[in-house]
Amino acid sequence: MSLRLKALTKSIWVYHMSTGSCNNCDIEILDMLTPRFDIERFGITLVGSVRHADAILVTGSLNLKAIPRIKRVYEQAAKPCVVIAIGVCACGQGIFKNGPNCPNPVDSILPVDVYVPGCPPKPEAMIAGITKLIAKLREKK
Amino acid sequence: MTKLLFNFLIYPGFLFTACFGLAACWIDRKVTARIQWRVGPPWHQPLTDLVKLSIKEITVPRSASKELFFLSPMIGLSAVTLVSMLVWLVNIDPVSKGFSGDIIVIAYLLTLPATAVILGASASGNPLASLGASREIKMVMAYELPFVISLAVPIIKSGGLLRLGEIINYQAANGPFIASLSGIIAFIVMIFCMQAKLGLVPFDAGEAETEIMAGTYIEYSGMLLAIFKLTKTMLMAALPLFLITLFWQGFNFLSMWKYIILLVIIILMRNTNPRVRIDQAVRFFWGKMTLLSIIAVLLAIKGM
Repeated sequence: MSLRLKALTKSIWVYHMSTGSCNNCDIEILDMLTPRFDIERFGITLVGSVRHADAILVTGSLNLKAIPRIKRVYEQAAKPCVVIAIGVCACGQGIFKNGPNCPNPVDSILPVDVYVPGCPPKPEAMIAGITKLIAKLREKK
Repeated sequence: MTKLLFNFLIYPGFLFTACFGLAACWIDRKVTARIQWRVGPPWHQPLTDLVKLSIKEITVPRSASKELFFLSPMIGLSAVTLVSMLVWLVNIDPVSKGFSGDIIVIAYLLTLPATAVILGASASGNPLASLGASREIKMVMAYELPFVISLAVPIIKSGGLLRLGEIINYQAANGPFIASLSGIIAFIVMIFCMQAKLGLVPFDAGEAETEIMAGTYIEYSGMLLAIFKLTKTMLMAALPLFLITLFWQGFNFLSMWKYIILLVIIILMRNTNPRVRIDQAVRFFWGKMTLLSIIAVLLAIKGM
């Protein structure tokens, strides 16, 4: 494994972006960051600015107003940067599948790397998703 | 010339202080984790963060002033490298290294990292960064006053010596200043100023992550952010060592326990306090701390 890949996967700074969610997934993300789960063991920390981020956690059912904003936020991130869809709304629109306000799934706008389904997903599920992402990145090289 | 370059870049200067600071940074994060009943990051985490940041893309905002945006991290890094080189060299060889007035030079150089942060934030053209910069300016104005007044205490007590090496020798002959009343008061004031200079909780209003999203650093990414982080890390090594040199007889590799004590004080203060508002911080430094440092100076003139 190259040093570059090792450094990238051992220190993932996450940026948290809500695109019109009911805030349940956001609360669970905050749960994941509490001392009980202690993801700083793996070098994961929450950052305030998307310029510092290595992973963007997208929650919510991507309503029409959020589409241009989510695009701009993704363009502002320093690459390489991965996108993680948290919750069933961000993964596949969930109960808003036929809603008039949310016509686009997240992965039609952004290149989503990992889907973590659940309404809301448990912190354990998110950590499992992130470990799978790390394994995938290391295989891909 | 080559010896000077070696000193600046490798042994007591850049590389050595960076490794020292990264170790201190890891201790800080690990102890913080243990206080919060967590396991904490592995030993290589600060280094991994820096390596990762340095291989990421550097984004420059369209509204930024490019020269200043790229230049300001370098200003802070070179200043803190110079400070750590001076402090280490003087402690290794108090008689021949250093020059008359190096205390004043170091006091000026120590303001440069904060100035670099302010310049970089103002150059980035982000409203939140300018908010952070204005808070940082207020913070600098607040803590510099008691810092400079307490800096006068060792100079007065040693009878007007302006050279770090001579101050170390004076303390070696007459006992450390920290053992006297005025010395301990000035030392406590200096510890609070050090916390503010390091930009740690409770005095981190300039880069408050939860309210203004990393404030001054908001537009920085990649290598430039890594340089800012490295500056902070090296300051964490250089500032406590400067305080030990001034008040506590200096240090060598055997007396690193003094540094550990100061590091523990920093970590405990950072973990047991909430962030103070900027007006509270200014009132704290211009009120209580300035009063204490003036009392220390008066006591030092009286010879206590």
